Amino acid sequence: MAEQLSWKVGGQQGEGIESTGEIFAITLNRLGYYLYGYRHFSSRIKGGHTNNKIRVSTSQVRSISDDLDILVAFDQETIDINVHELHSNGIVLADAKFNPTVPEDKDVTLYAVPFTEIATELGTSLMKNMVAVGASSAIMNLDPEAFREVVEEIFSRKGQQVVDKNMQAIEKGAAYVKNQSNGSLMQMELAKADGKKRMFMIGNDAIAMGFLAGGCRFMAAYPITPASEIMEYMIKKLPDLGGTVIQTEDEIAAATMAIGANYAGVRTITASAGPGLSLMMESIGLAGITETPLVIVDTQRGGPSTGLPTKQEQSDLMAMIYGTHGEIPKVVIAPSTVQEAFSDAIEALNIAEEYQVPVILLSDLQLSLGKQTVEPLAYEQIQVRRGKLDENPELPELGKGEYFKRYEVTKDGISPRILPGTKNGIFHVTGVEHDETGKPSELASNRKAQMDKRLRKLAKLPEVFDTPVYSDAIHEHPDVLFVGFISTRGAIEEAKARLEEEGIQVNHAHVRLIHPFPGDELKPLVERAKKVIVVENNATAQLANIIKMNVGNHDKITSILKYDGTPFLPGEIHERSKELL
Amino acid sequence: MATFKDFRNKVKPNWCPGCGDFSVQASIQRAAANVGLEPEDLAVISGIGCSGRISGYINSYGFHGIHGRVLPIAQGVKMANRNLKVIASGGDGDGFAIGMGHTIHAIRRNLDITYIVMDNQIYGLTKGQTSPRSEMGFKTKSTPEGSIESAVNVMEMALSAGATFVAQSFSSDLKELTSLIEQGIEHEGFSLINVFSPCVTYNKVNTYDWFKENLVSLDDIEGYDNSNRSKAMSTLMEHNSLVKGLIYQNKTQKSYQDLIHGYDENPLKDSDLKIEEEKFNELIAEFM
Repeated sequence: MAEQLSWKVGGQQGEGIESTGEIFAITLNRLGYYLYGYRHFSSRIKGGHTNNKIRVSTSQVRSISDDLDILVAFDQETIDINVHELHSNGIVLADAKFNPTVPEDKDVTLYAVPFTEIATELGTSLMKNMVAVGASSAIMNLDPEAFREVVEEIFSRKGQQVVDKNMQAIEKGAAYVKNQSNGSLMQMELAKADGKKRMFMIGNDAIAMGFLAGGCRFMAAYPITPASEIMEYMIKKLPDLGGTVIQTEDEIAAATMAIGANYAGVRTITASAGPGLSLMMESIGLAGITETPLVIVDTQRGGPSTGLPTKQEQSDLMAMIYGTHGEIPKVVIAPSTVQEAFSDAIEALNIAEEYQVPVILLSDLQLSLGKQTVEPLAYEQIQVRRGKLDENPELPELGKGEYFKRYEVTKDGISPRILPGTKNGIFHVTGVEHDETGKPSELASNRKAQMDKRLRKLAKLPEVFDTPVYSDAIHEHPDVLFVGFISTRGAIEEAKARLEEEGIQVNHAHVRLIHPFPGDELKPLVERAKKVIVVENNATAQLANIIKMNVGNHDKITSILKYDGTPFLPGEIHERSKELL
Repeated sequence: MATFKDFRNKVKPNWCPGCGDFSVQASIQRAAANVGLEPEDLAVISGIGCSGRISGYINSYGFHGIHGRVLPIAQGVKMANRNLKVIASGGDGDGFAIGMGHTIHAIRRNLDITYIVMDNQIYGLTKGQTSPRSEMGFKTKSTPEGSIESAVNVMEMALSAGATFVAQSFSSDLKELTSLIEQGIEHEGFSLINVFSPCVTYNKVNTYDWFKENLVSLDDIEGYDNSNRSKAMSTLMEHNSLVKGLIYQNKTQKSYQDLIHGYDENPLKDSDLKIEEEKFNELIAEFM
């Protein structure tokens, strides 16, 4: 019995490919398997090839697999595009309706199953995806009854008859495959899972939950792939907590509205992707100079311009570190797992208020949309820290023309903060350089004092940030140190395991605090390694360059880059690193 | 009770002597006192340009933002603290050129804030270029042969966009302007007050005298009914929008915040940031 297998369903966008994958995946998740799903989709609603690849394992997986065990095809195009991923002895389950064929030179078993015909006989061709789920269950030697719970949840509001029909579709799909094989069914049975209850979610869900848990009560945002799920979750959940979401007219409005609301005391976020972040750059500078807390999520996708809007890339790094004209203190945090996406979202809210700075929570399409099994998120991880904010201070009366020193020059650079509405607390806020009370000032001495004050605020952050660099570095002098950020973590971990099996010593570091860069934490790891390979989804080695800037050691740092829109496979990192070693 | 003097600070405006913006500043200060506000109850949010400096000249909370973005910032402030009275203010370039997108959508959204535009039909701080409010043929540094673009008719536009409070005034008429700002503050929804505020340095056409000669007071139009939207529109068209007074008010439409499902009556800034464990566990269970 196998410890893991990979299953993919494909067809035309809009014909239920997603729901087929959902029913299959949620059921297996409830049986206690760990799943990792990645959708191939395009910027259109109907038509065009789409597929959903789901890896099922008895242990945690955070990457798609190199190959494929089972391909479920609703059209010939799905077979043509994806058959190369199947390993020998792989199985194709295809709708008999289109007379499916597989290449003669490919050693795979094809079962043509009348998905559409069986579904139509039961009442509606819409149920063809349930027939396909059933056919898959036969291959995996899974009792069709396992799907009943999920089918009931989805269809019970439409009546018991609909539930029964869908269950029949699954059963008939399973029975057909068993009969057609005449007792010689190719089976791929998974070892039994532990049956434990775990979450099944995308990174965007975890980010949104983190914001809710961390006290965000308002969001201003503009829809964009792959960030919209964050807004959609907040729209569903914020009203229960007294809060709300405004869908703004553009991303500039989103960022500036969030600045206004944060200034007035509500933890407010916005979320977007590259094009939106480009529009927010001036606002980020405003948050920087006015020392207004602001949290922005950037779910990176293929750039530049509209680029590859539904594909994986990690090419916004430099823009997020340096973006906005002029110089401001800014924090960029890059979660590498769904659990971290949750806790980092909470932490982003805390850091924004403690340091009174803009914070970018940097995700990527693979982390934001990859649906996976996650250990239940922990209530204990939730903390709310608001730094020097005094919500209800008793302040002495101000003299005529006097203002509260909102921008008082302090040792740590962080000034006392009160909210508009506070009696005796009037101060001015402006994006113009200003004095300690916020009044505009062009005095050279004041300019320097305020710049220095702002820019020293984050000096200590890399020391106090929780795990600025995640590391799995047991070797004292490894042959290679892999460095990555965000969603490459799973593929690097698997490549590392394969190299270790071949006798190569590998350490792994994943940078979680991108800016200010935790050079002191990464440098010893770089220095101990014979070679450093930075793995990233962009063409210009942005992370590698940041590392060189901060920790030196240029001669031993090299890169594995991928920028074709698809995520790294473990095998690619494994093979390409062997060429580099 | 605060008086208008309590809304003064000691900052000397950097406007040119004779600038229309001085009267707008005085009118805001008087209106704020007249409606019973204390300085800490008011937040003046302003844009960029000569007029954008106004938030720094009023003794209240003030936020001087970025060019064209005064309205989203002001709406964010109001969303966070509905107890604050929020006045957004800026110039015609700020609101009707770079910020026009926000203006239309703020009108549609109808959040309870007051937007005062100091309209001088010219770019002053950048030393005399054309504005979207400049008339066709208007000669400026950037239109030496005269503007060949139509001026945007903001009053008509506001009515079309669904505004619930539309007014226009003239900075020489301190009394009317103060009264309109008071009504704008008290209006439960978005109020737009466009103020002809002459630029004495760069606009030699639309001067104080020009406005005195050309503006028609709605008080002088017999039977004018500011609750009648189509009458308001036809009057604007008849007079090429050179009218002053309260053009239109819809007192029945609820403001944005009164329509939000589940929205707290208390200021959002006072809401509990903690989430109950039971509630959190419910959220977790939805993904299992």
